[in-house]
Amino acid sequence: MLSFIIRRTLIIIPMALIVVTLTWGLVRLAPGNFYTGEKKLPAAIEANIKKKYGLDQPWYTQYGMMMSNIIRGDFGDSVKYQGQSVNEIITRHLPYSATIGILGYLLALLIGLSAGTFAALKQNSSFDYGSMSLAMLGLSVPNFVLGPLLVLVFSFWLYWLPPARWGGIAGLILPVCTLAAIYAAYIARLTRAGMLEVLRSDYIRTARAKGLDEKTVLFRHALRGGLVPVLSFTGPALAALLAGTVVVEKVFAIPGLGNIFIQSVFNRDEPLILGIVAFLSILIMVFNLIVDVCYGFLDPRIRYE
Amino acid sequence: MTDPILKVDGLKTYFRTEDGVVKAVDDVSFELKKGETLGIVGESGSGKSVTNLSVMRLIQTPPGEIAGGSVTFDGIDVLALPIDEVRKIRGKRIAMIFQDPMTSLNPFLKISKQLMEVTQLHLGHTKTQAREHALKMLQLVGIPDAEHRLDEYPHEFSGGMRQRVMIAMALSCEPELLIADEPTTALDVTIQAQILELIKDLKSRMGTSVILITHDLGVVAGMTDKIIVMYAGKVFEQAPTKELFSRPANPYTKGLLRSVPDPAHVQGKELYQIPGLPPDVANLPAGCPFAERCDRAEDICRREFPPFVEVAAGHHSLCHFAERVYEQSKSEVNS
Ligand SMILES: Nc1ncnc2c1ncn2[C@@H]1O[C@H](COP(=O)(O)OP(=O)(O)OP(=O)(O)O)[C@@H](O)[C@H]1O
Ligand SMILES: [Mg+2]
Repeated sequence: MLSFIIRRTLIIIPMALIVVTLTWGLVRLAPGNFYTGEKKLPAAIEANIKKKYGLDQPWYTQYGMMMSNIIRGDFGDSVKYQGQSVNEIITRHLPYSATIGILGYLLALLIGLSAGTFAALKQNSSFDYGSMSLAMLGLSVPNFVLGPLLVLVFSFWLYWLPPARWGGIAGLILPVCTLAAIYAAYIARLTRAGMLEVLRSDYIRTARAKGLDEKTVLFRHALRGGLVPVLSFTGPALAALLAGTVVVEKVFAIPGLGNIFIQSVFNRDEPLILGIVAFLSILIMVFNLIVDVCYGFLDPRIRYE
Repeated sequence: MTDPILKVDGLKTYFRTEDGVVKAVDDVSFELKKGETLGIVGESGSGKSVTNLSVMRLIQTPPGEIAGGSVTFDGIDVLALPIDEVRKIRGKRIAMIFQDPMTSLNPFLKISKQLMEVTQLHLGHTKTQAREHALKMLQLVGIPDAEHRLDEYPHEFSGGMRQRVMIAMALSCEPELLIADEPTTALDVTIQAQILELIKDLKSRMGTSVILITHDLGVVAGMTDKIIVMYAGKVFEQAPTKELFSRPANPYTKGLLRSVPDPAHVQGKELYQIPGLPPDVANLPAGCPFAERCDRAEDICRREFPPFVEVAAGHHSLCHFAERVYEQSKSEVNS
């Protein structure tokens, strides 16, 4: 198990570097750059800028310099936000995304797991139909519709909650709910399907034939098997949620990582783009690793060596 | 003159499905005395499992439903019992072994836990007592190195070993009735014989009554006191084992008997099979459900449902021509 974790951890670095390389290539291939705006710059100034950022060097020299810096953990300074390092910018904006991300994740887990389990236990009941229709709705209504809709109802009609901006617990409720909706829906459906399959399985019949009551059958025998399919979804979901969801941050004007990421792309702010991409890819790989390790604990048939 | 430990009378278990009502078990009756072994045979889908799951009240409702009849276990009306009371019987007084040992154990829990929870529940064992008992049971069913294997998971056991674990689990409270639902179907032949021998041995040691379900008549021959033959949710024939084998009074039973490979069976010669397929129990014809496949069916068979005829003491057959089939079997034996 330990050697599995070490091997998987070691592979994260080269994988992240490959992702960075591909991103770099794509940014370079796209027409335009960070210093040209509507107006064309005078040739002398352009030459100066190129010189300052090393853009007058051949591409492989530029790539080599960038990579050697990145390997040392230095993503350089943003070319748009003068004098701010990429690392600083990420550390500053991450907490906003992480706060709503983690809260949204916990809310989605709470709602999804309990609704899914209960729906499976009461298959074809009105609760089952009701919650699964709601989940279907949750999956088909996109964030950018749900967010404004919630704002409309709870802020502009009922005046209960602030419509946007960071600050206070009240301000967190709407973005967290918007973020959680789709994940809760997904987790509920996965949980229900997983639990239904397990509840029909032979070993649950064995457990009942032993005389165990339904509570023991559910918690001791059924839950673990029912949660296996949910687990593989929740790892990457957490990574995505922590990294911030662009749409929700935009709708609620939250200065999180997602917002900054979009800005960096519009600005063609290459160091910042690469920094965020590297950070996200490492995050996703780490959570995937955590999921795999959890699998090993959940299911004894899975053994890593 | 002993009282029956189990009496099933007119049991009906129906499933409501999209294709209509599946009468999986329709008017099944039988009796089992203390210490006896009853064999239930029949083709796939004849209602053997559903009958016994009904006895344990393990039918999923919906779609299933026990629509009629009674089940009396040691004088207790099981079908009228509140479910909490049924749970006190399950695993303690009636235990069940299932067809597929590969899927009947919980893959997520250690063998020790799965064995221990039974006696902790029913016998009030502490953890230490339960573990000791579990160890004893594993040794009893012949699992080598049991001490060490207790802490393994089901996937670390072979099929035969898992079925032994299932048997150990089922017998750990010394139940009065053991229901073995095709305990050997999923195992290979040599292991089959070992498992059957084990059940036979434990039965004689503990005095347990046994219901042995199988679609292989060869299996029940040496192990049972009496047999019921099921077809399309109905009891087609019921007789003491010897009697059934030597003087079958139902064409369906005769067909089943002909399809058992005997030891002198010539290699390469094709084995007999009853022609056709079991009927769709959601749409049974008016007459005898076996008529379409029966080699001696006459008009009346397709028109009228056959009577349940007692051809000899304790020997019943569901057939319009039960007497004649019985006489014919008798003369075959004599010749
Ligand atoms: N949950 C269910 N829903 C609908 N029909 C069912 C259900 N369970 C069993 N049946 C039907 O009941 C009938 C009897 O099934 P049962 O499992 O008792 O057969 P069996 O004699 O045990 O066969 P096998 O030898 O294959 O185990 C079958 O036609 C089956 O389709
Ligand atoms: Mg069966």
